[in-house]
Amino acid sequence: MQNNPLNRRRFVATALTGLTVAALPLPAFALTEASAKQLVDSVVADITRIIDSGKSENAMLRDFQKLFVRYGDVPIMARYALGADARTASSAQLRQFTKAFEGYIARKYGRRFREFIGGEVSVRNARKIKTGYEVRTSVKLRGSSPFEVTFLVSDKSGSGKFYNMFIEGVNLLLTERTEIGAMLDARKGNLNQLIKDLKNTG
Amino acid sequence: MPSYIRLKHLIILAIMTVLSACATQPQDSAARGDIFDPYEGTNRGIHKFNLGVDRFLFRPASKGYVKIVPDPMVTSFNHFAENLTMPGQALDYLLQGNLKQSGNALLRFLINSTVGGFGLSAPADELNLPPVDTDFGETLHVWGFGEGAYVELPLYGPSTARDAVGVVVNLFSNPINFSPVRPVDNIGVYAEVVRRMGDRGRFSDTVDSILYDSADSYAQARTIYLQNRRFELARDDEDAYLGLYDDPYATTGTDPVRDPYLDPYEDPYAE
Repeated sequence: MQNNPLNRRRFVATALTGLTVAALPLPAFALTEASAKQLVDSVVADITRIIDSGKSENAMLRDFQKLFVRYGDVPIMARYALGADARTASSAQLRQFTKAFEGYIARKYGRRFREFIGGEVSVRNARKIKTGYEVRTSVKLRGSSPFEVTFLVSDKSGSGKFYNMFIEGVNLLLTERTEIGAMLDARKGNLNQLIKDLKNTG
Repeated sequence: MPSYIRLKHLIILAIMTVLSACATQPQDSAARGDIFDPYEGTNRGIHKFNLGVDRFLFRPASKGYVKIVPDPMVTSFNHFAENLTMPGQALDYLLQGNLKQSGNALLRFLINSTVGGFGLSAPADELNLPPVDTDFGETLHVWGFGEGAYVELPLYGPSTARDAVGVVVNLFSNPINFSPVRPVDNIGVYAEVVRRMGDRGRFSDTVDSILYDSADSYAQARTIYLQNRRFELARDDEDAYLGLYDDPYATTGTDPVRDPYLDPYEDPYAE
């Protein structure tokens, strides 16, 4: 894959894309199977665009964080990952934790982007489930057989956003709840310390 | 070969002992996504050992392997290893009563072994046959055995009591092992090790992040293994499949009465 940063047209296109991603709020709409699928299509397209942009790793990670906030219901994800400790946290702590969690997830999963270069994602189907919609995709990376990635989408935040992701059945939120729980244990339950450290993790 | 028969009897005896004597998980708790890990102390000891093996042996060997051997060749070796498991998988599907998939596995084996040049390529993949992926652990699952305790096996990694039995049985159950023209003893095992090295090398960043960057790599490996395994086994069972979905909107409480502190939709960026 050739990524010449001096290619002017590509640069302009990329810059415009960056603007669109950052500036356009998602329109409020009642979620349907089609719009849930559309949401995942957009996520995939934007991820591909970031990977193909040829930017520095740090710039890409910032873009991934914007993408995560735009398409993901970050507050509910952060709260779930924090688990039972979310109940005793103050609202200021929750706010800070959500922000730290946002950067942590974007860095941790954004850094995996190299494995996705040249990969193909096909959105297969969407259907209604109890909490919202389930959108199944099939991901084909170089040299491996296709595997299943499923997004769960809900409009309970006021707009359609994904709130969980499963890679071959591995639940992102549940796995992160285990990890965040282990980090808290290592800090003897000190949430403020965890928030501080989370900003430099991932 | 009398030694084979004696060995087989011993294995069957061992399996029956393990399956009946090992601690059993309370009904339905696996379905709720609980983790049953009564041997956690021992498991953590084995995990430490496995981490050492990975750090000093398996990881460097795997990274070297994918660096030296060209990518298409790594893929070829993966195909080769996978093809060798097909007769064994056909047998497992047969034991599960799944004739269609059993035939599918055999068909893949025949096509890939001939047209695919001893399985070094996988032309059967182009036929749009359903994927083949089973083992004796799944056969035991189909027969009604529960998952049992979580165990981490030395050198092999995460497993469960039931799946550990499956791993041992599959070491011996592949009909290739009884073929009179077997080119090398244990070729299936060697091929599997090479295949695992390919995967370890190719996805080294991801595996490293789980094993070396997480706060508790034992707990991460355990949850990832169990979730993935339950997903594989639930694939054809709609209720079990949907049971794996947890509703964060329900469990974290949008109910202000039950949980006065929670308002998941307050705007975290509001002034």
